Amino acid sequence: MTSAAQFSPATSSFWNDTGKSGITSWVFSTDHKRIGLLYLYSVLTFFLIAVSLGALLRIELMAPGRTIMGPQTYNAVFTVHGVLMIFLFIIPGFPGAFGNLIMPIQIGARDVAFPRLNLFSWWLYIAGAAIIVTSLFTGGGPPDTGWTFYVPFSERTGTNVSLAVFGVFIVGFSSILTGVNFVTTIHRLRAEGMRWGRLPLFVWSVYATAWVQILATPILGITLVLILAERVLGTGLFDPTKGGDPLMYQHLFWIYSHPAVYIMILPGMGVISDIIPVFARKPIFGYKMIAFSSLAIAGAGSLVWGHHMFTSGMSDNAVLIFSFLTFVVAIPSAIKVFNWVSTLYRGSISLEAPMLFALSFILLFSIGGLAGLILGAAATDIHVHDTQFVVGHFHYVIFGGAGFAFFGAMHYWLPKFYGRRYHERTAVIAWALLFVGFNITYFSMMVLGMEGMPRRYYDYLPEFAPLNLVSTIGSWIMISGLILMMVNLFRGLFRGEAIGQNPWGGATLEWSVPTPPPTENFIEEPVVTHGPYDFKGAGIP
Amino acid sequence: MTQPTHKDYAGAKLGMWLFLFSEMLLFGGLFLLYGVYLARYPQEFTTASRHMHLFFGTLNTAILITSSMLVAMALTAIQRNQRRLTLWLLGGTIFCAAVFMFNKYLEWSDEFGRGIYPNSPKLAAGPPGESVFYGLYYLTVGLHGLHVLVGGTVLTVVAVRVWRGDVHAGDYIWLENGALYWHLVDLFWIFIFPLYYLVL
Ligand code: HEM
Ligand SMILES: [Cu+2]
Repeated sequence: MTSAAQFSPATSSFWNDTGKSGITSWVFSTDHKRIGLLYLYSVLTFFLIAVSLGALLRIELMAPGRTIMGPQTYNAVFTVHGVLMIFLFIIPGFPGAFGNLIMPIQIGARDVAFPRLNLFSWWLYIAGAAIIVTSLFTGGGPPDTGWTFYVPFSERTGTNVSLAVFGVFIVGFSSILTGVNFVTTIHRLRAEGMRWGRLPLFVWSVYATAWVQILATPILGITLVLILAERVLGTGLFDPTKGGDPLMYQHLFWIYSHPAVYIMILPGMGVISDIIPVFARKPIFGYKMIAFSSLAIAGAGSLVWGHHMFTSGMSDNAVLIFSFLTFVVAIPSAIKVFNWVSTLYRGSISLEAPMLFALSFILLFSIGGLAGLILGAAATDIHVHDTQFVVGHFHYVIFGGAGFAFFGAMHYWLPKFYGRRYHERTAVIAWALLFVGFNITYFSMMVLGMEGMPRRYYDYLPEFAPLNLVSTIGSWIMISGLILMMVNLFRGLFRGEAIGQNPWGGATLEWSVPTPPPTENFIEEPVVTHGPYDFKGAGIP
Repeated sequence: MTQPTHKDYAGAKLGMWLFLFSEMLLFGGLFLLYGVYLARYPQEFTTASRHMHLFFGTLNTAILITSSMLVAMALTAIQRNQRRLTLWLLGGTIFCAAVFMFNKYLEWSDEFGRGIYPNSPKLAAGPPGESVFYGLYYLTVGLHGLHVLVGGTVLTVVAVRVWRGDVHAGDYIWLENGALYWHLVDLFWIFIFPLYYLVL
């Protein structure tokens, strides 16, 4: 599919646009593409650190008893693993990296609505991240509460929860500003002819995500402020001895954190919806339903937070209602899956790396989603709550779902910005290792959870030993795939084969501009005359 | 980097409104807690609320409403290109913000003096519902006070820009957005005042 056009960076390419050079041309740039790359490299750094911590967790669980670390260290490691993965990788990752890199070009804009605010968001992200990292090495040491910071433990523990929580607050503020910026951009800066019905589905998903960022993140903000107040002032709003109620903490926390899983997964779904039609050479099936279901997920998803609290002592009525609503959200998610599969039907499918990630997304997300229904049904949840089943479930959704979509997006879009691409065969091998290792690791964990192994313990009963060993070996396969993938990808971006303007034959606007894109994205103002998956209209065979 | 030369007013205002939604939900979390704990401790909330300083509360309400009016008048003034008047009106708004904070200082000092502050021995000895009431009161009003400070700072920046001539009849989006923010700060107080001082 690749056209072997010579890579000759047009003088206007965004790589050599500013008078400035060196690091300041990046960290003070207001170009959405440069900011996107800043985000990409920042989130990947934290991802790799957190992967190493995940690997340590799996090594500890390789055999019963103490393997490489004691209970306190284990608590700290899974907390930091979770905090980095959630707050510093996957939540800021999609909007920050690909929302920035791709969305403005896809709607035919020169930049986002507020370029300086955009840069400020990245700086806030870095400031928050620096505070979180500082919290690991100062005060009472890394937090050991789990990424959920549940009271009463988070009020009492001597570890450095206050500073970590403050860092997460700052990162949340960054996320809100990104949301504000993107909603405004999509409303105001669409090119002529870019009607709402012609928005690429990735843009729709970024749009829905941005609303969640705006409306849900402040609840996280106030929750974190309350933890700080509990720890520093002793207000006692969650402390039963002072009349408070710990359950209220859980409500507030999940009012944000359930919608937050849509910040993680919706853009991933958008990526998949853009990749599949290109590699099936068929217009997307059910464009309207996919776009609408993004909004439906964002809306209905804000009413289901109670499914994390079935065993926390809510009233039976609340349990029933939250359980019902959780099943309701499964509907728009399933709509998307059916539409993707229908798009494949009778398509001319080419199994290149981005497509492999997209297809495995569908499978892994479906497994994770169905496991979610087991957790969403109040009766079965009692059995598997807080077990390794939950850990398996959410890794299927956020790693197998959002994470794989992120990798797919990296293979699909990054060559456009570098003008060079990775080695295809190696990418497929890396994907295969990742996919196989992933399933071995996490499917074993789901089975262990069904058998009753709790989560967040460094030790376990001897009967869980064999599957834990299997899972740990799986994690080695998975991580070797991950390393191979990253090396191949980035080696390719800097030294690989040169690509032309439209290597995959996509019909969305980013493929109509030179590779790498010029500073202002378009050489002349684009006028959009066809839909995002109308390959004939775009003149692509 | 060449910025687009024309300014998108509608866009800038849309962005501000989105940010205001976000602010509303920030306070929303605290109002939610208020609702839940009020349902749990109706009696204690009523008793505690009777001990609030109705005088300071009412005075500050009047001050904030006046300040909102002044900032709205400043907007009209800049639209009519009356720069001096705009500056006076903005100055009045900022002055109101300062007086509001000063009253808060007097009110809180008095309450602290009476042993009412988070985690105080007096509250710990009293009924838990009252401790929750005051805990929420201090957090909500404290967060609001922080917003008054931020709003006052924003309006000061706007005033400087008016003074330097960056904000004028042809381009007053800074003032308009600053005023929007200030109205929101006022609006929060319009909810806080009855909930904590009046209705119970
Ligand atoms: C190589 C990759 C990874 C490995 C080996 C790994 C391993 C693990 C393990 C073993 C646990 C469970 C600890 C326990 O409950 O005892 C865990 C927890 C967790 N993981 Fe991962 N993980 C990986 C990638 C990810 C990714 C990509 C994400 C999200 C984007 C993620 C998010 C989380 C979260 C949120 C927790 C829960 C932490 C807590 O309980 O507070 N992980 N991980
Ligand atoms: Cu949830």
